[in-house]
Amino acid sequence: MMPFEYLRAGNEADALQAAADRPDARFIAGGTNLLDLMKLGIERPPQLIDIGGLDLRTMAETPDGGLRIGALVTNAELAAHPLVRARYPLLSQAILAGASGQLRNKATTGGNLLQRTRCYYFYDPASPCNKREPGTGCAAIGGFNRIMAILGTSAHCIASHPSDMAVAMRALDARVETRQRDGQMEVRALDALYRLPGETPHIDHTLAPGELITAVVLPAPLNGRQRYRKVRDRASYAFALVSVAATLAVEDGMIVQAAMAFGGVAPMPWRDRTAEALLIGQTPSQALFERCADAVTAEAQGQGGNDFKITLLRRTLAACLTDLTGNVP
Amino acid sequence: MPWIEANANVAVTLTVNGVSHRLELDARVTLLDALREHLRLTGTKKGCDHGQCGACTVLVNGRRINSCLSLAAMHGADNITTIEGLGTTDALHPLQAAFVAADGLQCGYCTAGQICSAMGMLEEWRAGWPSHVGEHAPAEAITAAEIRERMSGNLCRCAAYPRIVEAIQRYAGDEGAST
Amino acid sequence: MTEAIVKMDTPFADSLLDRVPAPLVGTELPRIDGPRKVTGTARYAAEHFPDGLVHGVLLRAPFGCGRITKVDPAEALAMPGVLAVIRDERMVRNGGGFAGAAAPVQGVEEVAYFGQPIGLVVADSLERARAAALCVRLTFETAPGVFDMVASRETALPPTDDIFGLFLIHTEQGDVAHAASEASALVDAVWQTPSQSHAAMEPHASVAIWQDGQLTLHGSYQSPVVTRDQLATVMGLEPTQVRILSPFVGGGFGGKLGVMPEAVAAAIAAQQLGRPVKVVMTRQQVFEMTGRRPMTYQRLRLGADAAGQLTLVQHDTITDQLTGEVFFEPAGLATHLLYAGANRQVDHKVVRTNKLLGVSMRAPGEAVGQLALECAMDELAEALNLDPIEFRLRNEPERHPETGVPFSSRALVACLKQGAARFGWPTRSRDPGAFRDGEWLVGYGMSSAARGNLFGPSRARVRIEGDGRVTVETEMTDIGTGTYTILAQIVADLLGVELAQVDVRLGDTDDPASAGSGGSWGATTSGSAVYAACSELRVRLAAAAGAPVDAITLAGGVLTAPGIRRPITDLVGNGLAVEGVAQPGESNTRLNQTSYGAHFCEVRVHAVTGEMRVARWSSVFAAGRILNLKTATSQAIGGIVLGIGGALTEELIHDPRSGKVVNRDLGEYHVAVHADIPAIDVHFLEERDSVANPLLAKGVGELGVCGAGAAVANAVYNATGVRVREFPITLDKLLHGLPPLTSATSRT
Repeated sequence: MMPFEYLRAGNEADALQAAADRPDARFIAGGTNLLDLMKLGIERPPQLIDIGGLDLRTMAETPDGGLRIGALVTNAELAAHPLVRARYPLLSQAILAGASGQLRNKATTGGNLLQRTRCYYFYDPASPCNKREPGTGCAAIGGFNRIMAILGTSAHCIASHPSDMAVAMRALDARVETRQRDGQMEVRALDALYRLPGETPHIDHTLAPGELITAVVLPAPLNGRQRYRKVRDRASYAFALVSVAATLAVEDGMIVQAAMAFGGVAPMPWRDRTAEALLIGQTPSQALFERCADAVTAEAQGQGGNDFKITLLRRTLAACLTDLTGNVP
Repeated sequence: MPWIEANANVAVTLTVNGVSHRLELDARVTLLDALREHLRLTGTKKGCDHGQCGACTVLVNGRRINSCLSLAAMHGADNITTIEGLGTTDALHPLQAAFVAADGLQCGYCTAGQICSAMGMLEEWRAGWPSHVGEHAPAEAITAAEIRERMSGNLCRCAAYPRIVEAIQRYAGDEGAST
Repeated sequence: MTEAIVKMDTPFADSLLDRVPAPLVGTELPRIDGPRKVTGTARYAAEHFPDGLVHGVLLRAPFGCGRITKVDPAEALAMPGVLAVIRDERMVRNGGGFAGAAAPVQGVEEVAYFGQPIGLVVADSLERARAAALCVRLTFETAPGVFDMVASRETALPPTDDIFGLFLIHTEQGDVAHAASEASALVDAVWQTPSQSHAAMEPHASVAIWQDGQLTLHGSYQSPVVTRDQLATVMGLEPTQVRILSPFVGGGFGGKLGVMPEAVAAAIAAQQLGRPVKVVMTRQQVFEMTGRRPMTYQRLRLGADAAGQLTLVQHDTITDQLTGEVFFEPAGLATHLLYAGANRQVDHKVVRTNKLLGVSMRAPGEAVGQLALECAMDELAEALNLDPIEFRLRNEPERHPETGVPFSSRALVACLKQGAARFGWPTRSRDPGAFRDGEWLVGYGMSSAARGNLFGPSRARVRIEGDGRVTVETEMTDIGTGTYTILAQIVADLLGVELAQVDVRLGDTDDPASAGSGGSWGATTSGSAVYAACSELRVRLAAAAGAPVDAITLAGGVLTAPGIRRPITDLVGNGLAVEGVAQPGESNTRLNQTSYGAHFCEVRVHAVTGEMRVARWSSVFAAGRILNLKTATSQAIGGIVLGIGGALTEELIHDPRSGKVVNRDLGEYHVAVHADIPAIDVHFLEERDSVANPLLAKGVGELGVCGAGAAVANAVYNATGVRVREFPITLDKLLHGLPPLTSATSRT
């Protein structure tokens, strides 16, 4: 860890002001990813603004039947919250499929959204990495790439996003509330928080310097059933090779609503609305689900070591949809 | 560029096992290193320093966390419990005794983390928190499958796993019987 | 000091341990160091704080092969609190060997593998040293290296050294080519195992203190005396000038045998700065610069006649290692003796690669060798349409199949039969994929286990104090193995004192030298030294009481003999001390000594995703007298779990372009977690091995891992019909053989 100045913000205004004064400062809440990266010299912020004391720990229903989650609500509290378990079981399942009890007690909602890739080469300053050091190249391409992404990659970066929680939130159409440096509130769809690597893989997200995530807002849940299915190398405590977050509503034997997001396969929680549209108005069937899985993976590209993710994603998705609709012919 | 440390120190009062300690620390000092290097409470172990092994697990306000991934400066308002706050060799906490009886340890390096984690984990269970295994009623007795999932953030390379599960189950059962 | 020697020249028909009225040895006594470990009061290497202590952080080479041409420490040295950037030619590039005082390869210029240590930054705090290490600028020239063992396997050559004759390089009997052409059934395939990391929970750590020309080092070492001798050589000191203390070691598994880079760096820095220096490796450094189990490429050719008798046993193995290092992974070890068969060949070759040092890791050779051999046996049994247990029973040799030497004790058949019964093996279907439970394909697998029993010289001092307390002092370590407890049990039984009266002091090189923890021989060698000392103490006590030694009974602190009853405290004066010496002898070479076992498991494979879950496990072992049933069972479980990890998840991945360890943390190097491991049933058979040692015990520590992974692999095959011969069996390797989606998701 390089030296940094540590400030503890007493309130949101202080935090924003401090960030405005030092554009290269970083907010710290749980710290479970930031400190991890700082110890390795991958992150070197000259100033940390501790936002742990901010009043961002509440969860409340919104007037339209949704849920507003303070950015500092821990992953553990979120997963255990009765409203989440009742209305967004998908989200609870996703969080509980990730990390460990200890990490979930520390990690926060806002921080989880912003965690950085677990790409092995990103994690070693001795390796070329365009995400860590723009212009140095991508060691994962041509290297050991079993855990890398198959969708949304570029010639400059094939890293995948590690979050489970964010995958569920993307399927649930979450919105992110932020405060700009000037105190202005902004709301954006979760989709719009993330960036694909393109030629600038070092920029993970669209937050401006000093912009603070204050809450995540879930709209009222879709009808129907929800499921988060994660496939990993250990039975617990491992990042996803592939994960599927899906909600599906069937009425009179016909699919009326569908939302799906995928983890472990792309630089951001991945969603494919074309594939979702394929399902709407159709009768659930194995053939339909396989067509849907084909659509999701149509553009997928492996790098050799991660080719299996294409097959695995297809199979996991189709099986997950089958699960959500009960036995299908 | 030259690094200036002028503002990089912090003053923090850590309350550990009921005792307050006033410390002047480099802001970079983690809670784990504050405990081990500054307070010489070396029962809490450093296995990976990156939240990937659980050896550094302590209880902060009753909740288990990885002390390696937290700055000491962030804990001025907290009550911290470490392994030294449970029992002593002459008066073991019942969970510590259960670990010895079931041989839920070999080299002993992950043990403090396992025990602190189990303390926090059982509190989460009693609060009715669900896990990847499923949902439960708070009063239910914890199953081996639930313990395995909920303790998976604590690695044991000697692989005392089955016996750690046995120790926790034995302790939880005794607790349940006595309350 | 009186010495008492036990030398194993003849079988030990009558062990004193069998004459103890109410023995502690053999019971499930909880470990006596348990209370210290569960309270956090056991102090490990990094937990010493001598006055003036400063902190060192190792520097690493960021490339795979070449030379450091320039090191610019200016920026680091300008940082507050930074005391030195040390680059000293005495620093070691490779860790030390498991025996001997020879210096490991030294130097900080030439780079032979990615991540090797090349210097040390010292500062007055860990935080400052760690930051300064990020600011040391290196200039280097890279050179072409060899990073891919399999691609370079044509360059493999025989190893240069057979490691004291323990690792036979090449053996052959009969005519393997002819046997292959005549066999009714043949398996001829290649199995590959990856590099693995010991990944002990405690990272390598040393605190070095110089005082008056003496170096004291608190270190995490399995065999402190070996470490001391190597450290002395490296530092140009006499061994008497160096003292190493390792009373508690947070796991070793072979990764802490010889001296490692952090100890040398700490010693040099402490010498240079005149202050105590602590160097603790980061977890990443443990993965990159200590040691690994080398990868293997193993060709197995097994042939049998129509009656299911093996006619051909051929095991040609290739492994990799740094140039100039003598250790190699002896993957054919168990193949020498596990099964009968007239035509045999076992061969070892080594490819020289630019990758992290290969060292012993729990059951070197046998762990990975039996992974391949026991899978091949499963395949051949299937080809013969025989149950795999039946096939093994038909090939049980009466004597060592290569040398004709008798076995000191061999209970493989009993292990196989009892294990099958405990597990419920007969309910297994021989057809792969026949048994399904919802979305899970269920398979059963089994394997044999064998681990050679070794014996080496070991010393221990046992002293009865005037007040009747007994102290055991030996340089031997307890790395989780139960040494503290086992030695105390032996003393309590042989001297007839209460366990609470016994103090055991371990891990101090100023105490009598032991054989160390390694090779599954720690308990038997140090226990035999204690036995020798206690035998002599019994003679002394008998003499003091005026009784013939054969007539005495020692119990409850009292010596009794016909007409005599004397408290021990009456007989020892101001104290009585004997140094016990255990020495290997002829009986250790005249007969083959091996521990045996059999593993049985149920593995569930998800029909859609290929995720694997070990659901049920039974193992039966025969390893002579079991000294402590509780700690031995824990050791067995530990080995089995390592085997499960080796089969399913563990792979130290090297980048094919640089040899770099890609997954250098515990997030991505997947050791098994709680959720991966079911309840494990372990059963030890009653056995005494009178040839092995006076305890009549054989080694336990590494037996569990032997064959365990093969049982898993065979169960995966039984579940899915997919034979994966490239370990670990991660789910991606099964996908092609799983049921098509339509049937994978059906609930029937």
